[in-house]
Amino acid sequence: MGDILFFAEHDAGTLKGYSEELAGLSARLAKELGGKAVGVTLGPSAGVAAEALGAFGVTEAVAVEGESVKEFLGESFGCALTELAQEKKPQVILATSSGSGKDVLPRIAMELKSGLATDCVDVKIVGGKLKARRPIFAGKALVDVDFTTDVQLATVRPNSFPVQKTSEGSKAAVSKKVAPSKDFRAKVKEVKTTEQKMVDLTEAEVIVSGGRSVGSAENFSIIRNLATVLGGSVGASRAAVDAGYISHDHQVGQTGKTVNPKLYIACGISGAIQHLAGMRTSKVIVAINKDPEAPIFSKADYGIVGDLFQVVPKLTEKLKKMLGR
Amino acid sequence: MKIGVLLKQTPDTETRVKIKPDGSGIEEGEIKWVINPYDEYAVEEALRLKEAAGSSEVVVISAGPKRSIDSIRQAMAMGADRAIHINTDGSFLDSYLTAVVLAKAVEKENFDIFFAGKQAVDDDNVQVSHGVARLLNCPCIWPVEHIELSGGGKSVTVTRPVSGGIKEIIEMTLPGIICCDKGEHDPRYASLPGIMKAKSKPVQEIPVATLVGGETAKVKWSGFTLPPERKAGKILKADDLEQVCDELIRLLREEAKAI
Repeated sequence: MGDILFFAEHDAGTLKGYSEELAGLSARLAKELGGKAVGVTLGPSAGVAAEALGAFGVTEAVAVEGESVKEFLGESFGCALTELAQEKKPQVILATSSGSGKDVLPRIAMELKSGLATDCVDVKIVGGKLKARRPIFAGKALVDVDFTTDVQLATVRPNSFPVQKTSEGSKAAVSKKVAPSKDFRAKVKEVKTTEQKMVDLTEAEVIVSGGRSVGSAENFSIIRNLATVLGGSVGASRAAVDAGYISHDHQVGQTGKTVNPKLYIACGISGAIQHLAGMRTSKVIVAINKDPEAPIFSKADYGIVGDLFQVVPKLTEKLKKMLGR
Repeated sequence: MKIGVLLKQTPDTETRVKIKPDGSGIEEGEIKWVINPYDEYAVEEALRLKEAAGSSEVVVISAGPKRSIDSIRQAMAMGADRAIHINTDGSFLDSYLTAVVLAKAVEKENFDIFFAGKQAVDDDNVQVSHGVARLLNCPCIWPVEHIELSGGGKSVTVTRPVSGGIKEIIEMTLPGIICCDKGEHDPRYASLPGIMKAKSKPVQEIPVATLVGGETAKVKWSGFTLPPERKAGKILKADDLEQVCDELIRLLREEAKAI
């Protein structure tokens, strides 16, 4: 009888899309293990978010509130989740491979001296144990991970599983817990929003990316406009980042972010191997490039051979009209 | 200050990955090995901290096979003072074991601060630095793009990119581990005198077996494969801009159902 404990993230009580995905996945895997899935939410409004897990087939949840989890901090979240893990003794601990999930699970794994597979694109139960499949080299290859430990941990890449709203309207039974108040040696002093807020690339369902041929920071507004119309985020090639057109937060590829959107539109990106590695799992790839020989076309579902300065604004204009945005 | 850099040698990011015929691993034959790109930022930040703090020492600690010495020398050519090389030849170390041996190798040295890359670009595990921090009982901040000394040298204040353009400013009491993302400082090039000097800088080599202490790996890897090749799709030529955009939108809606 193995239970699953999973870390569900939320914004002021509203579950993150990828946490809904993780909730459905955890509920399904727990059934296979003959146990139950228990969701954990932390921070202000954790209780609201915890209840909402019910819609995804999760019947039990823990809401952790208190001073030390008011803001995200790897140490304090890790400590609270480790305490819960020690108390609930789950067989499997899951999180999303988000900025927070990636920072927290390694801490729990070390504390529990248990195996962890990060950024998995598939996880399943084989012979009563978790088995994971994950990309390495930013997606240039894949590998299977088997665990030698009784407790198995994994982080799952967003958009890898369908969101399963199996029990619309149900609420999870929520128990409250006060976060441990240790004297953490790292403290958040300030939270700054530095640029127009967009969904993080690793979570985005639509990404519009620009390459060096975008030509300048100002010109990136062309890329940004198309992304906005599609409700997506802005990506960039390493060449565009190195040229100073846009910050490294937006870089897609082996030394940037590995992304997994439903739609990826590459504008003026030739398709260097390290860029392709970072976006090749996108469900649909569109390439817009002047050079018909650009390697990106060999990976694209749809390609337009043309000047991005003409094609992208025209596309934006048409989509804007059509989608009414 | 005593500054440590946790460094890994990885294949260059331009590498085309090839899998061994039996799927047991990666073909290493033609790989060009370099300092993990994020670890280069770590070396740079360590050297800058040394310059700012004065009378400091930068020590590179690396667990890896014999070939890793080239990247260790490279970091010393950039300016690191000495190195500890945990020779892992013939052993498989998962993230857990790597953290165990790194922590063991440095436990008596009393470092004030460690820099590491936010992840290695080969196995992308994002686990080792967190593990070392736990074993040394010190805090770890991941990832970090800007760092400065604060609290009269007793702490550092760092900028942590969260997501979607949000940044956290965090103060961490030393000792602790900083996991570097690409920040505003490009890694320096090694100068010719730097390269000459690096040849005689001390490297302590420790066989991994003497550090493992009965610990075992927590995961096993198998079934290495290349991802399925994407097939090239439809190419539309932009002779008539209106038409080609309409066609793309139609395909995205009706065929791909992506918008």
